[in-house]
Order: sequence, then structure tokens, then C-alpha cells
Amino acid sequence: MARPFEVTRQPGFSAIAIACFVLLYLPIVLLVIYSFNAGESISQWEGFSLRWYASAWENEQIQAATIRSVVIATGASLIATSAAVLAALATTRTAPWRGRTIVFALVNQPLMVPEIVTAVALLIFFSMIKVATGYTGLWYLILAHAAFCIPFAYMPVRARLQGMDLSLEQAGADLYGTPVKVFRHITLPQLWPGILAGAMLAFVISLDDVVITEFVKSAGQDTLPTYMLGQIRRTITPEINAISTALLAVSILLVTAFFFISRTRK
Amino acid sequence: MIDIREVTKVFGAGSDAFRALDRVSVTIRQNEFFTLLGPSGCGKTTLLRMIAGFEGPTEGTILLDGDDLAGKPPYERPVNTVFQSYALFPHMSVAENVGFGLRMLGRPKDEIAATVREMLALVRMSELAERQTAQISGGQQQRVALARALAPRPKVLLLDEPLSALDFKLRKEMQLELKRLQNETGITFVFVTHDQEEALTMSDRIAVMNAGRIRQIGVPREIYDHPADRFVADFIGDTNFLSAELTARTGDTATLRLPSGRTVEARAQGDGTPGKVTLAVRPEHAELAPPEEGALTGTLTEVVYSGTDTHYHVALDQEAGLFVLRRQNRPDAGPAHQRGDRVGIRLGAVAGQVLRD
Amino acid sequence: MDATTRSRALLLAPALFILTVAASGPLLIVFVYSFLTPGDYGGVVWDFSTQAWFNVIAERDFFTEELGWADAHLAVFWRSIKLSLLTALLSFLVGFPTAYFIATRPRRSRDMWMLLIMIPFWTNLLIRTFAIMELIRNEGTINTVLIAMGLVTAPVQMLYTEFSLLVGMTYVYLPLMILPIYASMERFDFRLVEAGYDLYASRWQVLRRIIFPLVKPGVIAGSILVFVPCLGAYVTPRVLGGGKQIMLGNLIELQFGQLRNWPLGAALSLTLLVIVMVALLIYVRAAGGEEARHG
Repeated sequence: MARPFEVTRQPGFSAIAIACFVLLYLPIVLLVIYSFNAGESISQWEGFSLRWYASAWENEQIQAATIRSVVIATGASLIATSAAVLAALATTRTAPWRGRTIVFALVNQPLMVPEIVTAVALLIFFSMIKVATGYTGLWYLILAHAAFCIPFAYMPVRARLQGMDLSLEQAGADLYGTPVKVFRHITLPQLWPGILAGAMLAFVISLDDVVITEFVKSAGQDTLPTYMLGQIRRTITPEINAISTALLAVSILLVTAFFFISRTRK
Repeated sequence: MIDIREVTKVFGAGSDAFRALDRVSVTIRQNEFFTLLGPSGCGKTTLLRMIAGFEGPTEGTILLDGDDLAGKPPYERPVNTVFQSYALFPHMSVAENVGFGLRMLGRPKDEIAATVREMLALVRMSELAERQTAQISGGQQQRVALARALAPRPKVLLLDEPLSALDFKLRKEMQLELKRLQNETGITFVFVTHDQEEALTMSDRIAVMNAGRIRQIGVPREIYDHPADRFVADFIGDTNFLSAELTARTGDTATLRLPSGRTVEARAQGDGTPGKVTLAVRPEHAELAPPEEGALTGTLTEVVYSGTDTHYHVALDQEAGLFVLRRQNRPDAGPAHQRGDRVGIRLGAVAGQVLRD
Repeated sequence: MDATTRSRALLLAPALFILTVAASGPLLIVFVYSFLTPGDYGGVVWDFSTQAWFNVIAERDFFTEELGWADAHLAVFWRSIKLSLLTALLSFLVGFPTAYFIATRPRRSRDMWMLLIMIPFWTNLLIRTFAIMELIRNEGTINTVLIAMGLVTAPVQMLYTEFSLLVGMTYVYLPLMILPIYASMERFDFRLVEAGYDLYASRWQVLRRIIFPLVKPGVIAGSILVFVPCLGAYVTPRVLGGGKQIMLGNLIELQFGQLRNWPLGAALSLTLLVIVMVALLIYVRAAGGEEARHG
């Protein structure tokens, strides 16, 4: 029997692809494995232990940074999602109007402008305000995070709105629903998966941010990622791996949930 | 030319296995317009793709001019295809599409240019040479696909239902066009279709396929007039099937007794032993008659006027089912019949074909 | 102002306020700062000066007052652009076959393969960079294995080299290359490939003459999506370059940190922004041109 001719085959492509998948996960898997190392090395296995998780758990700096990260991510994702939902309602399913392009450009700006440039801009601007008002609290970080989270919260909501059946809302209005009631009882329930997906994505994006946080934070305002960045100058112990693994778990959980929520139909 | 010997193709394995072709053997001759005809899923496209090199036979061999094609990739076979979807390259102009094969063969630039001009003239597309393929109509795309496949002067041109996407008038026009191209180029055409009329119009020979097997190979007239079995008789044109009993046979002519008690003569090949058979009668090979003169009798249930012809549907007295007759609407046609009339059906001398079940 | 316009303005107000205050607006202040004089302890003195912009590419010798190129800056620019281009190239060489592989899987499993590509992408960039660092540092897994196998006697220095930046940035930005190429390939009609083989094209010719031209918009999009964040990369060069192999992002940070030259930092930031905008413009042009050509 002759070997069949495979139309889609390209020599070496499958090998490269498989290697790509392996290399994509190998470093992460190793990082996770060594977070359970009993020894102090991150490359020589000395037995299984949870000691680095325990030591991270008891580390007061890490505790504070974790709480700060969660507070900022929660605040930023709530603000960004609320603002993004309203913006999506104003920009979707409407006839083109003057200024719409500018609004789109503004909303997507955090995706296009390099993060370092925004970080520098915020450093300058917020330090002016800090001098003027004397306020140095967490709100600078929450506001900055909210800004770059907006496009991530905006996209799934807008996608959901575009796929929504307009006639349902018209039926609602026909049945004596005021605009607010129609939104509350008809639009919002349908929009819910999009909003939830957007909020989760915004939360992950905020939780993972390094650059803008690094430039905007005042002294003693380390988040988990900036704390970790600060640690690389010192001797690296599996403690870093343990924090990383915990953060990875949260991200992967939320991102996978995001995939499934944004895939659900009505 | 093309020798297909005992080819079997099985897709999948185990309980999912599907036998697309079952010990198919056929020889396609030089310069022939050969058609593979059959319903969808009969294996005709699989056979075509095997000749092109996109599928390999599970068993059996395919020879082209005596060379075994096994293991030869499509790009080493002197065979070109006109695809059902045309598969024109959207990023190239009409001329670039037509010249693609020659370019891949590494022919010199001026030779390519000359052949492209010649081919575009052949399919009457010279003016549109520089157009993008998205800017031309379906019929024009069809011509470009033809020119592209003919340009490398293949030994065999394979056509996979190339006319199915065209509307009726254009399809008629292209049938003649294809016939002309085949005559002018002298290339062997292997044409796949499920349209029996198309097959009868264009082909030198037809292979009728069903369920992975070839049921009959022959020239169009032979296939139509002497279908080898019930499937072929049913698939090609309209046919009435009558149960009958074969009583005697001399040469190609058999004597049959119908359930009505009348005896008729019909064509029969092969096995001549007396017994139960099926008689196949084409609608135009029978005519209405007074009830007492017919080999069969019945009641007229429907009279359908269709321009050139009138169709009569007769509910038979002797067996279940309808018998359909067709009569040309000529000024001198016989008396008009109406629904509900009692009629007889006269079968012309040797009008039917005897089929063994 | 009619009712629609007013309600639209109200709906947009919160988002536009946040974006203006914490994203776009401050860019204007950067522009203003780039024309001021640096303060002694950071910050600025409100005196107009074009010195910062001049210093982006040139410098005056402190003693001889001789004019010369700002070699240190130019070296960083050159490294940033070179590494960004190389990263885009390496991502293409790995990403194209991978996207092709996924696009040619059965329809049901393609989503699963793409999820596998996207999961690492949506996880923390810093952690992925750490993971690479732990792999290639002198005491890292690769060197440990190499030494254990007896292939080398001393660890191979990979960390803090341009090589480590290239590997690291390819690792973190590769999904940005695969995603748009895959999107193009998924729509690709593989019957065209059959037509190519039928017309005597070899595997390579089919790839080059049929597949590649038709997925080129995806390749261009992917290259830009990788090139742009590489150019402004900060975390990856900081972790893997260790201050020895700095890129534009780190050079900018230096001006606001140790070197206390905010106007120069502002000017460098805007230079980076301009390069990125030019790259995006080229992309829009290229994508627009492709669209026009194929109707």
C-alpha cells in the first residue's frame, strides 16, 4: 500500500509546534516544581516540602503586598468595569457620530502606548499632585490601574452587546418598560456574562501589573509583583517560586473561567 | 492510458471503516471524454482524487501509460484538475493563475507568456488577463480554472463536477465548450458528475457508479438503452419497472409473460434461463392505446403538460405503482386523453430491457 | 444638545475621565517636561530648554565642549531595535509553524490548542520572565544538567546577555505572533493548496507562493504586535539583562532614578512613542493596502 499524500503536511512544522508547546510550559512547570523543594536551591531537587509556602505565608512584607495587590485589583477592576459597561452602551449599536473615532482611540490607548511611557507620564503627573495635595495613598494606584484595565473590560462587554438581539429590548419598551427598567430587566441580565468576563480579565491584568505600579507607587506601597521584582537582586530562594505558583494559580483559574464564560451563549 | 486495477479504498478503521471504493477496475483510453457518473457518495470523486494523487488506494494499482502511480505525489503526475470550487488563487491575476503550473515546472518566461495567451484565447478570456480573480463572474472563473489546468498540457484533465455551480443556461453553454476544448486539445478528459443528462450529452463513454462499485461502463446510448441493472436503469433517465416471467429467449430477444397474461418481446443479455425477471420500459418507448389493445391496462390518474411533451401517469390494474408514458406534443398527436380515462399501454416491438434481480 | 447626545455624554463621562486623567492627559505633561531644565534632585526647573531633545542623540563633551554623538544612547536605541526585530523574527520562525500546526488540527481540538497557547500569555509576565531566568542562570536547570552530563565543566553564561533577552522576549511575546497568524490561517482555504500541488508546486513552493501570501496580513499583524511591546520592554531586560544589557525602557527609568534627568527621560519616552506610532502606521498602511488589493 502506497503512503498517502497528505495535503496539509509541511516537513518539520509539527516538530517545531510540539517543541514550542513543550518550551512554553517547561519553564513554568519547573518553576512550580521547585516551589515544593525542601532545599534552598531552585535547580537541585532535595525532596518535597511546603516550607517555602509556609515561609511566604508568614512573611509580613508578603502579607502586606498581597493584601495591597488584592485591594488595588478589586478597586481597579470594579471601577474599570463600571466605566467600561457605560462606555460600551454609548458606543455600541449606535449610528456613527462625530467623535466616535476619538473615543475608540482613547479607550484603546493603553493597548497602543508603551507601558513605560504611560508609567513615566503618571510618575510626573502624580508627583505634581502629591506635592500639591500631600495625599500619598493607594488611590493613585487604583486610578492608574483602572485606566489600563478599561480596554480589557470594554472588549467582552462590547462583543456581548453586538451579539445581542435588539428586538428583545424593543419588546420590553413596547410592554411599557421605561428605559431604566428595560436596562435593568432585559439588557443587564443578558449582558451579565460579558460584564463578569470583563471584570475577571481586568482583575488579572491589574494583579499582574509591574511597570506602572513600579513608577506610581509611593514608598512602602509594594504590590506582590513589585515586591518580587525587588527580590531578584538578592539570593533567590524557592520562596519566590512559591509566591509565583500561587499567583499563577489565581491567573490560570480566572483566565480559564474567562474563556468559558465568554464562550457561553445567552 | 489510465488503467485502474482492482482498486479498493477504505476510509477510517474498525467499526467506523467506510468502503468508498470496492474492487474498481476500469480502463480509460487515449483522447477519450470519460465520465464517472453516480449519486453523491458513490465513490466517483474519491476515484478522481486517486488519479490526481490526493488519495492513495487501500488496495489495487493505478497505471498511467503503463507507469504505476503509487507513491507519486500530485506534483509529479502529468495530470491536472479543474476543481469543483475552481480553487483559483485569490492573490494572483487571471494570467498569473493560468501561468502558475508552467512557472512551477520552471519553464522559461517567454514560453509561459505565450502559453498563457494561447490558453486564454482558447477559453475566450483574453481581455480579462490582468483582472483579479475576485473581480470576474462565476462562468469566467470556470474558464480560468480550465485554462489553468490545460496550460501545462497534461496527459489527463480531471474535472470534478465543474459545472455544478453554474446556472442552467451557462451550464448548457459550457457543456458544448468543454466538448470543443476536448476535441481541440486532444487531451483525455475524466469528468465527474451526478447529472445523468450532462453525462449523456458530453461523454464518449460513461462509467455508472454506486456504493463504491462500477455498475456499468459503456457509450451513452448503450447505457441508456441497455442498462445493465435496475440501479442504472433507475438512475439514468426515467424508467418503468414491471414484473414479468421470462419464458423463452432467442439471441438478444426474450419472450416475457406479463401479469396481464399478454406476452411481449424485450432485449435481454446474459443469463437466459426462464424465471422471474424485471422488465424496464422507458416512458417514450410505450404509447397509449384503447384498453383492449394494450399489453397492460389501467386508469389515467394524471396528465402533465410540459411544453415539448405530455406525461401520462397510469395506475396499473395488474400491479401496484404508476406507469409513466411520454408523448411529444406534435400537431398530429393522437386523441386527447383525460384524467380518469380507462387506457391500455402498448409496448413497441422490443421496447423494454430485461433485468435480472 | 439633544437627549441622545446628552445621555451618550453621561455614559461616556466616567471612562473618559479616568482615561484622560490616568492615561492620555499625562502624556501632554511629558511633552511639556521634555522642554524644561532638570532639577538638581530630580523633578524640573521651569526654564524652557531644548537640551533634553538634543541629548537624546548628541552630547557636548564636558571639557572640550566638542559636539559628538550620544554613543551610550545610540547603543541602547540600536540594541532595542535590533533585539525587537530579532524577537519578531524568532517568534515568526517558531510561531508560523505552530499556528499552521494548530490550524490544520481537526476543528474540535483547535480551540484546545489555542487555549494552551493563551494560558501562559495571560499569566503574569514577571513570573514567566522569572521562569526563564531560573532556567538559564549559572546555577539554573540548563547549566546543572549540562554539567551533570559532563558536556561543560563550568556554567555557560547565558543570563545578562543579549541572547537571554532574545530568548526571554520571544518566550513572553510569542503568543502575540501566533494569535493573528492562526486567525488568518483558520480562514485559509486548503483546497488552494491542493490546486497548487496539482499544478506541480512542491511543498516549499506551495508554502511560499500560496500559503504565505494569503496569510501575510496575519504575519504582519503578529510582527507588529511582538515588535511594539519589545521596543518598550522594561521588566524582561531588567530581570534578564541585569543592568548590563539595558533597553530603552530601562534607559528611560534611569533618567527618573539614578541620573535625575527628568526632561531627558521625558524626551526619550516621547521618542519611543514616536517609533511605536510609526510602526503602527506602517502596519495600518500595509493592512489597508492588502485589503484594497483583494477587495
